[in-house]
Amino acid sequence: MARKTLLITTALGLGWAASAQAQTEIGMWYHGAGNEVESRIINQIVDDFNASQSDWMVTLESFPQNSYNDSVVAGALAGNLPCILDVDGPVMPNWAWSGYMQPLAIDASLIEGYLPGTLGYWDGALYSVGLWDAAVALYARQSDLDAWGLRTPTLAEPWTQEEFMAALDAARADGRYEFALDLGMAWTGEWYPYAFSPFLQSFGGDIIDRETYTSAEGVLNGDAALAFGEWWQMLFAEGYAPGTSQDPADRDSGFNEGKYAFAWNGNWAAVPTLAAVEDVVFLPAPDFGNGPTIGAGSWQFGVSATCETPEGANAFIAHALQDQYLAAFSDGIGLIPSTPAAAAMTENYAEGGPLEVFFGLSAEQALVRPVTPGYVVAAQVFEQALANIANGADVADELDAAVDAIEADIERNQGYGHDG
Amino acid sequence: MASRLTVSNRAGWGFALPGFGLIAVFIVLPFFFAFYFSLTNQRLISPNPTEYVGLDNYRSLLGLAVITLEPERDDAGAILRDADGAVEYPRVRTITRSDAFPQYRGMREWFRWQSGDNARVVIASDVVFMKALVNTFLFVLVVAPVQAGLALGLALLINQRLRGINVFRTIYFMPVVVSIVVVSLLWRFIYDGNDGLLNNLLSALTFGAFQGRDWLGDPSTALGSIMAMSIWQAVGFHMVIWLSGLQTISPTLYEAAEIEGANRWQTFRYVTWPGLRNTAILILIVITMQCFALFAQIDVMTNGGPLDSTQTLVFQAVERGYGRQDISGGSAISVILFLIVLSISLIQRWLTRER
Repeated sequence: MARKTLLITTALGLGWAASAQAQTEIGMWYHGAGNEVESRIINQIVDDFNASQSDWMVTLESFPQNSYNDSVVAGALAGNLPCILDVDGPVMPNWAWSGYMQPLAIDASLIEGYLPGTLGYWDGALYSVGLWDAAVALYARQSDLDAWGLRTPTLAEPWTQEEFMAALDAARADGRYEFALDLGMAWTGEWYPYAFSPFLQSFGGDIIDRETYTSAEGVLNGDAALAFGEWWQMLFAEGYAPGTSQDPADRDSGFNEGKYAFAWNGNWAAVPTLAAVEDVVFLPAPDFGNGPTIGAGSWQFGVSATCETPEGANAFIAHALQDQYLAAFSDGIGLIPSTPAAAAMTENYAEGGPLEVFFGLSAEQALVRPVTPGYVVAAQVFEQALANIANGADVADELDAAVDAIEADIERNQGYGHDG
Repeated sequence: MASRLTVSNRAGWGFALPGFGLIAVFIVLPFFFAFYFSLTNQRLISPNPTEYVGLDNYRSLLGLAVITLEPERDDAGAILRDADGAVEYPRVRTITRSDAFPQYRGMREWFRWQSGDNARVVIASDVVFMKALVNTFLFVLVVAPVQAGLALGLALLINQRLRGINVFRTIYFMPVVVSIVVVSLLWRFIYDGNDGLLNNLLSALTFGAFQGRDWLGDPSTALGSIMAMSIWQAVGFHMVIWLSGLQTISPTLYEAAEIEGANRWQTFRYVTWPGLRNTAILILIVITMQCFALFAQIDVMTNGGPLDSTQTLVFQAVERGYGRQDISGGSAISVILFLIVLSISLIQRWLTRER
């Protein structure tokens, strides 16, 4: 894109070229390559920004999401990161700690009223901010709830573990569904810690001790975590949910096609489901004793440490934080806009909109994943442990091994900057 | 000799330079890096300086110990048994996580056996690595002979003058040309537990008697499924090498054998097989090295699961280096793998030397 601009400017003559080159170029990397709608919106924001002032010129490069993090790490090692980075919320502390990012310098009034999950703080400073958040809910059919005589859970009064299991039993006894519950085991990677660690937290455990961030002993393998692990294993052993070898296609369309009675899925999948399942309802996470929780934090914008023109990068991020863009992303790809004002402008999250419930979920139940540079490795360990437990590994041994792996990693990184 | 290599062969060196250069930069240099990193605590990304840690990485990979568990006894001293009559033992975690045994800290049960009333438990610092090691060897031991044998069989079949033989050659060779990632994805669908092709086929062949199986989701079949698919995928490549070996055997030898009245088996045993000697050595070494490098199939099909039943050394090296940002740990695995492959190649060379 930069080259194209240069060509055009030379072609149009020197006078015009001089004014165009006065704009200092700022690179930006984005994770959404391959998604047409997303690319259109982000390009629109960039074009608007470039046209709105004469100092900076943002040039966008998009990467496929699967290889985006690797690209950034490789770029950082090679010393050529762009100014503006797109970063997944829970990964941000890792990059900030590694010295890839610098704190944002944007006016605090700009982020007023933002959902807590959309603001990335590390070491007391704001490093990243997101135009949207994501939320997870239990997809169900109202007709089923009525037929099985189940109470519709609310944010104020979610299902208890007993009610949740009773619902699964009812779904299984009904016989119309292949499985009672689709957890999305086919989605390996960040989905596991994002979607399933809230269950663990609701049982009273966690991936890591959030007091010190230097240990997981007693948190990931304490009594609460063991109870969670036994429950988790039972879901698969008793045939309530399809296991790790679930077909990804079934994950994507199984609930809509009537293979599963309930599905634990994100708001990004809600738009097609609304079209396919007339009476779908999005239920809040059950409460397993320690309060109901869901994960928070999605992709956010930040500034790289090596950026020579942070003013320009911050100016772009400030520009992007407009309700109209938040709303555009939400309408385009179904994400939860970060502010109530933007939510009111969208089709789905406005008052009475079909997905309004997700905004409430994000505001009420969301808990960010552990804010530590060690999260990246801990998340991998956690994923492995959950997959193994689902496949029948001994719960206590598996959680012990996860604790050991997480603590060994923290030790090798000298505590990741936490005083412990 | 030295002068011939350096002086009169200048053009030769010139031609070799691009190849040598690339090998040096992308294979030799990284190898020395791996060796160096495996002795440090190098991370993929970290603001902390890299420190020399000696053999720590190797120790945490290879640490093994055997502990003895005595059965649980009631107050009268009788051995407690569970509902199935099996002897009850204390959990291994009561030892590995106890402050009384700091030397076993962080270790985990690998396997156990019974000795009298006691259970002997082998605990390892890195059970996943141990499983990867065993799986890799198992893979080599099964795939190398089967693949080489099948390839030879196919080569003998297509080494005939028949109308349209090239069609068969092409068909057998086709899987080699297709990217292993694509092949792995396709086989994931074939092995699918619900309505995969294999399940449907077996169920049709047995008139519905065969119950569907989750081939990749079951620890007892996952590695075998990957072996079968890997053998199928690369057999064409080795078939071509066998074929080239077959075609170097002079037809006069076969004519002579025929005149002597040799039957087909004798012809194969005393003419074909001795003529394939060098080809066989090449194929054995190539397959062995390829098998030790098993990665793409695992990455696409199982990610090492279920229950670590398809972990392999290369997959673990990548998983640690990039997934867990532990370059030093990944490097240590690479060095161990290098030593294993090197010693096996040397043994193979020695066993197949000219006598």
